[in-house]
Amino acid sequence: MVFRQKHLLGIEQLHPEEITALLDLADQYVDLNRRDVKHSEALRGLTQINMFFENSTRTQASFEIAGKRLGADVMNMAMQASSIKKGETLIDTAMTLNAMHPDLLVVRHPHSGAVDLLAQKVNCAVLNAGDGKHEHPTQALLDALTIRRSKGRLHRLNIAICGDVTHSRVARSNMILLGKMENRVRLVGPPTLMPSQVDQLGVEVYDDMAEGIKDADVVMMLRLQKERMDGGFIPSEREYYHRYGLDAEKLAHAKDDAIVMHPGPMNRGVEIDGELADDINRSVIQDQVEMGVAVRMAAMDLLARNLREARQNQPVEV
Amino acid sequence: MSLLFTNARLIDPENQTDTLGSLLVKDGKIIAVGDNIAAPEGAEVIDCQGHCLAPGIVDIGVKVCEPGERHKESYKTAGQAAAAGGITTMVTRPDTTPAIDNPETLEFVTRRANEAAPVNVVPMAALTKGRAGKEMTEIGFLQDAGAIAFTDGDNVVTDNKVFSRALTYARAMGALVIGHPQDPGLSKSAAVTSGKFASLRGLPGVSPMAERMGLDRDIAMIEMTGVKYHADQITTARALPALERAKANGFDITAGTSIHHLTLNELDVADYRTFFKVKPPLRSEDDRLAMIDAVKSGLIDTISSMHTPQDEESKRLPYEEAAAGAVALETLMPAAMRLVLNEQLTLPELFRALSLNPATRLGLDSGRLSEGAPADLVVFDPDAPFVLDRFKLKSKSKNTPFDGQKMQGKVVATYVAGAAVYRRD
Repeated sequence: MVFRQKHLLGIEQLHPEEITALLDLADQYVDLNRRDVKHSEALRGLTQINMFFENSTRTQASFEIAGKRLGADVMNMAMQASSIKKGETLIDTAMTLNAMHPDLLVVRHPHSGAVDLLAQKVNCAVLNAGDGKHEHPTQALLDALTIRRSKGRLHRLNIAICGDVTHSRVARSNMILLGKMENRVRLVGPPTLMPSQVDQLGVEVYDDMAEGIKDADVVMMLRLQKERMDGGFIPSEREYYHRYGLDAEKLAHAKDDAIVMHPGPMNRGVEIDGELADDINRSVIQDQVEMGVAVRMAAMDLLARNLREARQNQPVEV
Repeated sequence: MSLLFTNARLIDPENQTDTLGSLLVKDGKIIAVGDNIAAPEGAEVIDCQGHCLAPGIVDIGVKVCEPGERHKESYKTAGQAAAAGGITTMVTRPDTTPAIDNPETLEFVTRRANEAAPVNVVPMAALTKGRAGKEMTEIGFLQDAGAIAFTDGDNVVTDNKVFSRALTYARAMGALVIGHPQDPGLSKSAAVTSGKFASLRGLPGVSPMAERMGLDRDIAMIEMTGVKYHADQITTARALPALERAKANGFDITAGTSIHHLTLNELDVADYRTFFKVKPPLRSEDDRLAMIDAVKSGLIDTISSMHTPQDEESKRLPYEEAAAGAVALETLMPAAMRLVLNEQLTLPELFRALSLNPATRLGLDSGRLSEGAPADLVVFDPDAPFVLDRFKLKSKSKNTPFDGQKMQGKVVATYVAGAAVYRRD
């Protein structure tokens, strides 16, 4: 057993061996998911609560399906509409939920660090489904699985992460994961959408798209997060598309067999050309969605194993 | 009533000396300092056992949460915390709810302070009504009621016309204005200093340049109006050359920094620890070291606690939402001792910034160990080690970044006008 985590809060806490172990298990779940009967008993008897403090359709559905396929009792809480509006603090919400004895808590929150905070206050396994601009570990893991299956390896690849890096938790988690697995990571985008001093974090930074994706094995596009922008970061969407939107012409600078990725949901015609996104020879965007379910199953399975083990080792009070 | 302190390490910030000797107090004032003072008849003799005796700390910028948020800190609890921390004068902030922006509120606060606090309390008042940056307060009346300086706290007056008029009027009244050098646009909604750490943690950051821009604006205003000005906190190396030039040009400008910016850096925030959220945010290690050098050289004049009480509820939130500020009345001295123990500052240099300079800037006659000065004194053991337990603090709020940390330097006793207001158990 190489996976030792109690929670999945970020890629930062994971050891490369743990990443490999998780991806290996996810491969098995990909096979399971392709069968007619897609069911396992790994989470039988456990309760999984999905708490989304921020709108999400895709990630929430993916976690829900993952839990159900593993036999967990899954409950979704739309936190935006609930007690948060009545002034209850995050900690109070966590304590209330904790009293209901959940086993797996899947949390998305608009503020960086909020999931860490919550994890300190509950005694179940917590999975970060995205916190502010900090991390989105399952997205990075599903991207890694997609790359590994497509390229046959997850090391010594040239990977360009392009677009709105500063608002992106996907970019941060990917940057850390791909770095840990010894790839060459480049960030490409206008300087207004680059986090400050990010070049000191072991990545190369480019503000020219052609230069940045030159000879890349993987071109990962990011969604322009208009909802997180509180001022003019770019002059206009059409100028952004012209300079940074991925189309066949720009992609020609990458390797001939380069794959195109996007975490979704896409702004077609803003960061990516619609036709390219649908090109099954280049785009692995649909594969990413499929891998998402498998990776989340693997993550919850591993955390549940550790949870059960920890509970068994606890002295029982008589 | 006379009081003779003997066998004391006299920390004299005026003469920059650290010598063994005695100090005689009569009727609340220091009447003799030297190495051979005979005890007058009936005098109480206090053997300091070789501990340090220094002028009590004059702390500019203490937030006491009266009126409005007494559950966070009252004059009684703040006063007791100050006494335990060797602070003999608290210069209080007007950023309460409502703001202290009229003579009536100021009189109320002064009455509360006199009833409840064992140390001297000198209040500051708001520069603009409601700290809203639109209309100046009744600066003259407020001065008559005892306001020692004028500040809108961390609300920057953004309208330069309003600011220049308030400063011009303040200059005519001879009033000291305390500014918060910060560009409000750049620092809007920032939780940490921008850079590698902010980028990794995904937190909204402010460039250190925002402080330099705020200071540059304020210096232009000083040149324009001739006002007497003190910057509440300079925390970045980038702002120092501008401060140095302004001083060289002969402007009436002084500057302070906070104890947290001298002893902690941005990495201390680590995994979103909200007790390390202060305003302005903690800076890089390079900035911290530059601030220490600036205190040593005298470019930065004062060190403050920037005591800002926050209850647990305001801190147990995601980092961006959590309130800024830290309590520091009791930790100011032991934290500052780190700089002495690391041989970055001498004790006389430290007390120049803690006691002498703030008193001088405010026109108080305390802050020194000279004949005729009020006997506001602190006796402390600079080496005594302890581990800080935040629940033992006398402040009502316990939001200190030093919880569980090893510290050195304990106050043995604190005297205000010759009367003991604190004695270590």
